[in-house]
Amino acid sequence: MSETLLTLDGLTKAYPGVVANKDVSFSIERGEIHALLGENGAGKSTLVKSIYGLVKPDSGTMTLNGVPFAPGEPGDARKAGVAMVFQHFSLFDAMSVAENIVLGMDNPPSPRAIAGEVRRVSHLYGLPLDPDRIVGDLSAGERQRVEIIRCLLQDPKLLIMDEPTSVLTPQEVDILFLTLRKLAAEGTSILYISHKLGEIAALCDNATVLRLGQVVATCDPRQTAPREMAELMVGTVLQSPVRTARPEGPIRLALKGLSAPAPQRFGTALKDVTITVRAGEVLGIGGVAGNGQDELIAALSGEMPVASAMVELDGTPIGADAVNARRAAGLLCAPEERLGHAAAPDMTLTENALLTGVRRKHLEQRGFLRWPAATAFAKEIIEAFDVRTPGPGNTARSLSGGNLQKFVIGREIMQNPSVLVVNQPTWGVDASAAAAIRQALLTLADEGAAVIVISQDLDELMEVSDRFCALTDGRLSPARPARGLSVEDIGMMLGGAHDLEVAHVAT
Amino acid sequence: MDLSAINPILLLASLMVAATPILLAAIGELVVERAGVLNLGVEGMMITGAICGFIIAVATGSPWLGFIGAAIGGAMLSLLFGVLTQFLLSNQVATGLALTLFGLGLSALMGQGYLGIRAPSFPDWHIPLLGDIPVIGPIVFQHDPMVYIGLLIVASVWFFLNRTRGGLILRAVGENHDAAHALGYHVRRTRMLAIMFGGACAGLGGAYLSLVRVPQWTEGMTAGAGWIALAIVVFASWKPGRLVLGAYLFGGVTVLQLNLQAAGVAVPVEYLSMSPYLATIAVLVIMSAGRAPGSLGRIFHAAR
Repeated sequence: MSETLLTLDGLTKAYPGVVANKDVSFSIERGEIHALLGENGAGKSTLVKSIYGLVKPDSGTMTLNGVPFAPGEPGDARKAGVAMVFQHFSLFDAMSVAENIVLGMDNPPSPRAIAGEVRRVSHLYGLPLDPDRIVGDLSAGERQRVEIIRCLLQDPKLLIMDEPTSVLTPQEVDILFLTLRKLAAEGTSILYISHKLGEIAALCDNATVLRLGQVVATCDPRQTAPREMAELMVGTVLQSPVRTARPEGPIRLALKGLSAPAPQRFGTALKDVTITVRAGEVLGIGGVAGNGQDELIAALSGEMPVASAMVELDGTPIGADAVNARRAAGLLCAPEERLGHAAAPDMTLTENALLTGVRRKHLEQRGFLRWPAATAFAKEIIEAFDVRTPGPGNTARSLSGGNLQKFVIGREIMQNPSVLVVNQPTWGVDASAAAAIRQALLTLADEGAAVIVISQDLDELMEVSDRFCALTDGRLSPARPARGLSVEDIGMMLGGAHDLEVAHVAT
Repeated sequence: MDLSAINPILLLASLMVAATPILLAAIGELVVERAGVLNLGVEGMMITGAICGFIIAVATGSPWLGFIGAAIGGAMLSLLFGVLTQFLLSNQVATGLALTLFGLGLSALMGQGYLGIRAPSFPDWHIPLLGDIPVIGPIVFQHDPMVYIGLLIVASVWFFLNRTRGGLILRAVGENHDAAHALGYHVRRTRMLAIMFGGACAGLGGAYLSLVRVPQWTEGMTAGAGWIALAIVVFASWKPGRLVLGAYLFGGVTVLQLNLQAAGVAVPVEYLSMSPYLATIAVLVIMSAGRAPGSLGRIFHAAR
């Protein structure tokens, strides 16, 4: 069994100005589930792209099955038995499941045969899929199944999975893990990329930790404490967010039977969402993407006006008010998508600070902008939230994900909101920036604001929220105190895994 | 006014001829856009094809060689667009508009010595048996070969896009170029080939005007046909079948309004002249339900 499948020896890849991988060496055994751990920007993606033939390393060698392996393009890698499930799905929305799968194969059988094959393999691994459906209509979990089935149909020797669980419910994650263990037991090696340490401890046999493009450690994740691995990844000692006990404040925001039709095709209608949030409280709203998160934040921010009485801020109905009126009243939102929604990518940080702060920070006078005040505001945000950038004159696009996220969250917090709603505040953000953002949210609540955190990262919600509720198909569950909730409880609340089944393969 | 002067059989027969140049240019552009590239230079490629085809047909005396020359000419011009947009990453809209202006100027320059010459004749096919069927025969089966080649190209494009692996890859590149690249498909190569096919088809469409429809060379003779072809692609929801419908509708109303003008109908000429555009757009807007290819007009850069 313990026979080496893939060996990496001294892989180095440099881009102009940055070394993505520096002298990376490790090996993967046959049937092993090997974790590749690291922060964003640690070089994980570049490394797996080298293995998959998308990137040509500057130096170093790879050996697959004892034979030198240097794929010039993904087709070569696939022929050699390497398959990859991408982080940002490499799917084509307007095409059917079967067409998507055919595109990932080098010698596809006839269209009719492929449909049967998809049904057979998807049933075998407990990942039901209808080959005729259009991918654009599928949920995130189903889309991932398309990617996995596409790989499995090629009978891979090595399956690379890049952050596969970020869009799944806990139950879906369990089923995915069963499938992966099944594959490993059949002799397939799996290279599993993640920064979720709990998952890695549960699933993987070995872990290689990358930091700034270099291997800093190799460990057995089942024997190593998650905290220790996290510190290996980050390179510093991590601070857990501190929360102080807070007295119950007055009700700040009340949603009363908030219902709204889906604003667009493929959207979710909000159904009778009722909840109150008090001053000094953090309410966590969990749920798998596409269950009404975007619509909820649109209804709160004012992008999608609803009936006036459905949203009350400090006792005043504001459901029909426009975005700026709500901002003026103290209800601020930071939407999920950093580039394009929360920030205008090609405008400078000063301009972006102006865009939401103009009203509350008085950055305008009789129709003229007060540039010095705007620049000062942007500088203030950069300083207070440790945004790494040469200055406020840089464009939003030039910032890394974590830094821009700190900027857009900081921008709202610095406006001293009475209610702050954030969606996915730490999505795709490295651990230290994520910790800083969470701490800032807690501090804001300590100072008397009501905070709503919408997120798909349950660990994050457990860390920051006082009360937790789940958003499923546009309905909000009753809130429960977050302390003492187990992962199973949350899974039941999310209840999203009903169409999944456990793998049918006999062990 | 004398409506009896309009012969319905001749009217329907000339419909197919009137629609062919637009059909040829549009089917080429459809392939280009399905690959995710917006080439607004159709008009320029058409007129370049018109003069290239005319020069070669006059020089060799063979309209067939003329059409081949037109296809090559159109493809060469589109190659310029391809290099600029795919390798030098220039803006597709601006480059396409520039290509139209460049093509109009270039064709005028090339056509200096060819004004007032007649193109060699391109005889109609009288398809045996089918052409003898009363009514239908003269309408459908007694045209020049390019009418049928145009339809054959449309059918082949439909088959290619929907039934072959190459077509699937082309659609994939147009739908999501980043995903296609990640799966190891050659986005630039696919797009360059599509762009050149589009140029060749536009060239054929232009040559059909200068060699069959008119048939002589005048400056600016495409007179907006390339823009109509572009519009038809969009309103046909990027589907070849609807494209034929749109092109024939446009051709049909064009021929009808010309006949009505000749018959002296008491409607101002301006209204008659705008009627083909209005009718085509109205019908296709009502029918259109499709969505544009996901990567249409976006610049592809492999490193991102």
